[in-house]
Amino acid sequence: MTLTTDATPEAEQVIARHNGVGPAVAGLTTSAVGVAGVWIGLAGVLGAPRAVQIDWLVPLIGVALQLDPLGGFFIALTGAVAVPVGVYAIGYARREHLGVVPLSVLPLFVAAMLLVPAAASVSTFLLAWELMAAASLILVAAQHTRPAVGSAAVFYAVMTQLGFVAILLGLMVLSAAGGADRFADLSAVTPGARTAVFVLTLAGFGSKAGLLPLHAWLPRAHPEAPSPVSALMSAAMVNLGIYGIIRIDLQLLGPGPRWWGVTLLAIGAVSAVYGVLQASVATDLKRLLAYSTVENMGLIAVALGAATLLAASGAASAATVAMAAALLHLTGHAAFKCLGFLAAGSVLATTGLRDLDRLGGLARRMPATTILFGVAALGASGLPLGAGFVGEWLLVQSLIHATPHHTTALALATPLAVGAVALTTGLGVAAMVKAFGIGFLARPRSDAAAEAREAPTSMLTGMAAAATACVVLAVAPIVLATPLRRVLAVVPASAGADPSGLGTVLHLPGLAGSMAPGLLAVFLVVAVLAAVVASRWGSRRRPTPAMLPLWACGADDLTARMQYTATSFGEPLQRVFDDVLRPETDVEVTAFEESQYLVAKVAYRARISDVLQDLLYTPVVQAVTFCANGIRRAHTGSVHLYLTYGALGVLIVLLVAR
Amino acid sequence: MNLMSYLAGAAQITGVALGAPLVIGVTRQVRTRLEGRVGGGVAQPWRDLRKQLRKQQITPHGTTAIFTAAPPVLAGTTLLIIAVAPLVATGSPLDPVADLFAVVGLLFLGTVALTLAGIDTGTSFGGMGASREITIAALVEPTILLAVFALSIPTGSSNLGAIVAHTIDNPAQAVSLPGVLAFVALVVVIVAETGRLPVDNPATHLELTMVHEAMVLEYAGPRLAMVEWASGMRLTVLLALLGNLFFPWGIAGPDPSAMDVAIGIVAIAAKVAVLAVLLAGGEVFLAKLRLFRVPELLAGSFLLALLAVTAANFFTTRA
Repeated sequence: MTLTTDATPEAEQVIARHNGVGPAVAGLTTSAVGVAGVWIGLAGVLGAPRAVQIDWLVPLIGVALQLDPLGGFFIALTGAVAVPVGVYAIGYARREHLGVVPLSVLPLFVAAMLLVPAAASVSTFLLAWELMAAASLILVAAQHTRPAVGSAAVFYAVMTQLGFVAILLGLMVLSAAGGADRFADLSAVTPGARTAVFVLTLAGFGSKAGLLPLHAWLPRAHPEAPSPVSALMSAAMVNLGIYGIIRIDLQLLGPGPRWWGVTLLAIGAVSAVYGVLQASVATDLKRLLAYSTVENMGLIAVALGAATLLAASGAASAATVAMAAALLHLTGHAAFKCLGFLAAGSVLATTGLRDLDRLGGLARRMPATTILFGVAALGASGLPLGAGFVGEWLLVQSLIHATPHHTTALALATPLAVGAVALTTGLGVAAMVKAFGIGFLARPRSDAAAEAREAPTSMLTGMAAAATACVVLAVAPIVLATPLRRVLAVVPASAGADPSGLGTVLHLPGLAGSMAPGLLAVFLVVAVLAAVVASRWGSRRRPTPAMLPLWACGADDLTARMQYTATSFGEPLQRVFDDVLRPETDVEVTAFEESQYLVAKVAYRARISDVLQDLLYTPVVQAVTFCANGIRRAHTGSVHLYLTYGALGVLIVLLVAR
Repeated sequence: MNLMSYLAGAAQITGVALGAPLVIGVTRQVRTRLEGRVGGGVAQPWRDLRKQLRKQQITPHGTTAIFTAAPPVLAGTTLLIIAVAPLVATGSPLDPVADLFAVVGLLFLGTVALTLAGIDTGTSFGGMGASREITIAALVEPTILLAVFALSIPTGSSNLGAIVAHTIDNPAQAVSLPGVLAFVALVVVIVAETGRLPVDNPATHLELTMVHEAMVLEYAGPRLAMVEWASGMRLTVLLALLGNLFFPWGIAGPDPSAMDVAIGIVAIAAKVAVLAVLLAGGEVFLAKLRLFRVPELLAGSFLLALLAVTAANFFTTRA
């Protein structure tokens, strides 16, 4: 008895010591890599372009790196996401007992992501890309003992490698047609090769960015990955898919023809609407955020498509605004999505729940996390004072100012695009109200939610840093004016107009229209205070304020089960968009034996699966399985048979080579 | 822009803030008279507000700061919209701060605040109202933005002052095909957004059919007064905006004299009064739609707005 009591504190100390050092080292290293990334990235954006060639690192081809404004922008953005995530990871890893492997891979993953935009040649780019994919895969599979994680990891592995194959093929065609390995040395390619590269790289980069129909890994991998990893993937890694499209398709091969613009616009619009629809009916908090990433990447693709289309139609000013919208929204999305996943992670760490239907009432138990998630949700809903507002405003402005140069394609594409963006914003508001309102307000819907504890200081510090970024981007996007101008100048589609009007008051370059997010915030605060003062009227005659029970239409004892849940909150939207979402609902009524009219129990089951995944992926998987089964017949395990195959193979090679 | 512009701005804020309960009073009075009842008079909403403001401030158990903050946020966003909108004069000092898209954003910010307050109470009716309100709001958004788009095509800007000034210079604009289509779409949207018939019944006493009222069931006393006042202001400013976007005559210019401002005030008051009477008169003949028929109505208005934009895209030559 004494022995055991003596041994326990010692064992705890060992665990505590392990928990103390490992997460701190990993987290701080990640943040340090992030700080270095921000530093290098800003040097790339603001300074003169620099190139580095390291021949000894990889035999034969070497590693070619360069810093230019476009790459620097993405390096700085990735680094900026890694800083809060690193700080957050310290506390998260302690609570969730992350192992040595994910902790040591975390900084490597950030470093690999920083390397991708710095690559100056096709071979280096592919190397960095694969390094990033492998590192992210290890992190997704960190808690692989749970079956859901295992299947999500396999799914992610397959999709990311297929995407890599598409990029590999695309860049090989580019390299062969352009006659060089380094991006800077590529010569003009033939139209056929150009089209092939566009299609292949769009598929590859689109799958990384989560564009339809290659989005299916996002809602599966994001919920199962540890939350800091989800934040890194959703706020930094998917951006690199967009980077690939801008760098390869819009810069090296650009400015693209009109149909590239229309393609990007259509894919983006469909992704945005589909993503937000799924988000507005999702009940898993992290799945909802993952679908919101699909939505926002869709909006960015719409902006890229609009920029291409407008530039090809001769509307240089509007094209510049569209490209600025893409970059600004990318930055805003990185800020609020990073914060969103981190806050969801702190809920998950203390309650073990991601299911909104069982959360609720967190505002009283964890007020800081609630406020921080609120900031993220406001950003994601694209409302004024949120980090996503300015980007979406610029996007809509670029679309409505296309008309003076109108061609029929443009005259039809812009209203539809505005409609899609507007529907996305509207449904995005609904999704985020659900995530915040049902998840954090009202009363707890389960014991785990009722016993939630506030996150530790390191997690709160990381989240507060991300929230500060959200607020700054929402009220003072002017901080990005200089970097934005440098980047816009190097992308062909947006090089036509000078975007210097984007100051405190955002004056559109060369177009009529203005908006001032900072002043809007100031005046709104003044107006709210004025309203508060107005409501003081007559307060001297009032009795003293009181805290009383809810009226609730006279109901006596409300239980938490009587509240609206995420499922019921999203039900009207689910019914309106029934044809797209195809929900499977199942109502089972059990009656008493005495009479079929006396109901004993009603069971309601609803499942909303990803329709596209069922329609597009299942047949492919079935076909692959079918082929694999066919090949298995030739694969009996007999050594004699294999020797025959070998001999036949050599024979064929000899015949062909002769 | 001169001193009178600021005066005009102050006049429109005070005018809407004080006049909003009267607009509600007018709609109720028209309705009661058409239904053959006597009614409480146009000033009754003001008397209600005064009564509620003197009542005890009640905070229900289990609610958070969201519940407390929602009414001021709703009122604040509405006040800011009033300050930005060109109601009395076109050259509002705040005109460059927010364009029509930002105004729509502010409108939604108010809606979201009230929705969250409805969820925050933790009652089934609060959640129900919130869920319905946000569904309608989400479906209204595309129509609003497309109608704004259609209005901004001839002007080349989505800033409100520019649109109004352009319509004054080109009166034919108001009766052009895109103009009419956008007008109808906006009317449907305003009806949906302010919770009037046939989307929502502002006079309902049956919880199961409520949308807006279900969210605010837990409010009482001064907070209820603020919600009702803000809702009245939303209706008033949207009607005034509708009036000035399509029939801007009488509005003072960017550099007005005292006489212009006086004419502007009278003109906007007359427009809002006429629109309020028409709205209430129309409501007498309408029954509330089933909730799941509302999306069909909104889809119809979306189509009108889309047609308006397409028509404007093809038929407009910019001045």
